[in-house]
Amino acid sequence: MVKIRFPSALQAITKTNEKELNLKETSIRSVFEELTKEYGSEFERIIFDDGDIRRFINVFVNGENIRHLSGLETEIKDGDEISILPAVSGG
Amino acid sequence: MTHVLGLICRECGTKYPAVMQSTCFECFGPLEVDYDWEIIKDNVSKEKIASGPRSIWRYADLLPVESENRIDLGAGFNKLRRADGLGEELGLDELYILDDSINPTFSFKDRVTSVAITKAIEFNAEAVGCASTGNLAASVAAHAAKARLPAYIFTPSSIELGKITQILAYGPKMIPVDGTYDDVNRLASEVADLHPNWGFVNINVRSYYTEGSKTLAYEAAEGLGWETPDHVVVPMASGALLCAIDRGFKQLENVGLVPESNVRVSGSQPLNCAPIARAVREGTEVEPLRNFETIAHSLAIGNPADGYYAKKVIDESGGSAAMPTDGEIIEGIKLLARTEGIFTEPAGGTTIAGLKILIEGGHVQNDERVVVYVTGNGLKAQETLMESLHVPTAIRPSIGAFEGVFSDQKVVNEVV
Repeated sequence: MVKIRFPSALQAITKTNEKELNLKETSIRSVFEELTKEYGSEFERIIFDDGDIRRFINVFVNGENIRHLSGLETEIKDGDEISILPAVSGG
Repeated sequence: MTHVLGLICRECGTKYPAVMQSTCFECFGPLEVDYDWEIIKDNVSKEKIASGPRSIWRYADLLPVESENRIDLGAGFNKLRRADGLGEELGLDELYILDDSINPTFSFKDRVTSVAITKAIEFNAEAVGCASTGNLAASVAAHAAKARLPAYIFTPSSIELGKITQILAYGPKMIPVDGTYDDVNRLASEVADLHPNWGFVNINVRSYYTEGSKTLAYEAAEGLGWETPDHVVVPMASGALLCAIDRGFKQLENVGLVPESNVRVSGSQPLNCAPIARAVREGTEVEPLRNFETIAHSLAIGNPADGYYAKKVIDESGGSAAMPTDGEIIEGIKLLARTEGIFTEPAGGTTIAGLKILIEGGHVQNDERVVVYVTGNGLKAQETLMESLHVPTAIRPSIGAFEGVFSDQKVVNEVV
């Protein structure tokens, strides 16, 4: 089981802040494909720009930004937690 | 009629009402305040500003706040000061410092916090909060205390002891986190999302918050008799401050308070954490960093949310970027203290060291009118400097002991 947390910016589409998918060994790319099947092309349009995750979206796997891992090819395993968050910061 | 129309996405232009939201639901782009500039032009004037409060609120007509019930500890109006001592040392003809180390909680963050918490109260927020490397944390805790609101303050556990002491004195709910600022920011963003009635100043109130930093441009222009500098040098962490200062100068032109000009905007980041500065110097995209170590804790943001825009501002304005080492940052702190009597924290040392590097590289010209922003106080990060200072050996309380150390000052008065 893989858990995905959605930000409020996505909840108009997902209608929930959390979703569990019955996935085992896979990649972030496949997770997003599953989520697009679930929530439709509007979900895909908001997350992706020209095949890549939009600049202002951060995707974390167990707290690590996938930009520091293997991007969309980052491996996902049973029990992983994925968070999708808008990029905001400023110390 | 209000001068705030709502929020607008910087990327796709989608408009939203003025609410606590900082992300576009269409494209995740950052939201900015959408102003009615005709109303602002009708209201704002140099005379009105001159007779206004001696704080950022003298520029209220240009800030996104409707309420008169402001949470104001007195941030801003720190007066641009001519820095001939430092200018002479660096070979600049006309150098000015805007010194925000003297703000109520001793950093520029009081400007943004005063605006953000006043705005959060307009939105009936039940609590406020932030993710911070220390300066913002102290500022939010102090303003929340004044506003009698609970404050949830998330910081890396590794920040300077002086900052932790100051934060705790204001009595907030402090949450030190084992991790980098970027880890802290992610956690705070998730908590903010679960509590939409809490105003996290740099998360869901961010669009209003960054507007407070524009006052650093307004104050510089007012201090120069409503003219703009040729060049400004700004410390960079997320890049938001640099963008806000650039926006501030452009807005003053837009409303006719200063003549049309082109202010060159340059930034400085510590070498060990310089995702924006490196991208500027190497002409690449801003790439986030995961692991880094720098003494300039308040600039230690590896994944700068406004990095893309900050690089764009620098490139388009004809500015540049510097990446001083930790050693150069320490020297920058000492140079400013020695020449101008201002004791700044490593972020300020980064700016001064960056200015020196930019001059040496020919990016800042000797005859330019330069404004440099000192954004935080050295008393917050004393341990950083202590290692490089020589503490004199104590002497016995006698003239002989004093003259033993300062033998060239020996005075003999002979009575004739």
